[in-house]
Amino acid sequence: MKSDTLTIGGRSFPSRLIVGTGKYPSFEVMRRAIEASGAAMVTVAVRRVDLSKSGDALLDFIETRKIAILPNTAGCRTADEAVRTARLGREAGLSDLVKLEVIGDDKTLFPDNEGLLQATRVLVKEGFTVLPYTNDDLVVAKRLRDAGAAAVMPLAAPIGSGLGVQNPAHLRLLLEEIHDIPVIVDAGVGTASDASMVMELGADGVLMNTGIAGATDPEKMARAMRWAVEAGRLAFEAGRIPKKPYASASSPMEGMVRRDGPSA
Amino acid sequence: MTIILNGQERMAPAGSSVLALLETLGLAPGRVAVELNGVIVRRDTFARAILSDSDRIEVVHFVGGG
Repeated sequence: MKSDTLTIGGRSFPSRLIVGTGKYPSFEVMRRAIEASGAAMVTVAVRRVDLSKSGDALLDFIETRKIAILPNTAGCRTADEAVRTARLGREAGLSDLVKLEVIGDDKTLFPDNEGLLQATRVLVKEGFTVLPYTNDDLVVAKRLRDAGAAAVMPLAAPIGSGLGVQNPAHLRLLLEEIHDIPVIVDAGVGTASDASMVMELGADGVLMNTGIAGATDPEKMARAMRWAVEAGRLAFEAGRIPKKPYASASSPMEGMVRRDGPSA
Repeated sequence: MTIILNGQERMAPAGSSVLALLETLGLAPGRVAVELNGVIVRRDTFARAILSDSDRIEVVHFVGGG
């Protein structure tokens, strides 16, 4: 397995980092941040065309020959809404990829498990490559996998919170048990160490938006996230040392220069 | 005739196609998705999809999102 290759539904992407396109101060800042991140896939939202004004188009700032578009169903509160939005997204982008969101609570934006499963089943049947945004719940992840999801995307923390991994034990369990499809940690990453941590735990990828777009210097943060994801993945593949309660000297004691007598 | 475009009433010439509507709105057909009375209109059928009075049309595109 190549360290920097993420395979979803039989398609390979040359980066384990997926970035969002929302909340940037301008499309130009977004374009530079995407480039700095090295991401090969970006998320977009599907919304009504605002007929009262004309402006720059998002897609003019994304190199779509190199970067895959992952339409989301953000804001959808029912399986029906999400399925409808996914169909529109497929038609607008002519790709089967969908980041499936069914939101169950406005304050936390936590997923509605039941709606998520329902929508996943419908969309899989319609030929979509479904990437559901889910809780860090192993049982839900298994059900989504069994329903045909191409990946599962558990949250690290609430969307846009920047809190980092709130529940490493649950994430670890999920990563230990789900091997046949990629696990991409989505939401809650605040800074580079958060991204490294989820990759060190064994995540196949990370998806983030606010952590980069909301940074004081999004382009610089995008670069930091790129290296953080790569460093975390390499550390995972390299196999870390076990943690020990006491010190273990790195230099040999043999041959120490002592004041008197033979070497110890 | 009156159509409901993205939730708002709007006048359109009788017998207009989806393609004609998009042209009137100044929208590139390659960048949008269209739903007519809840059913997706495939891009290659925009010219053949004819609108009727009281039709509900949704025209969407990609915007920034996470």
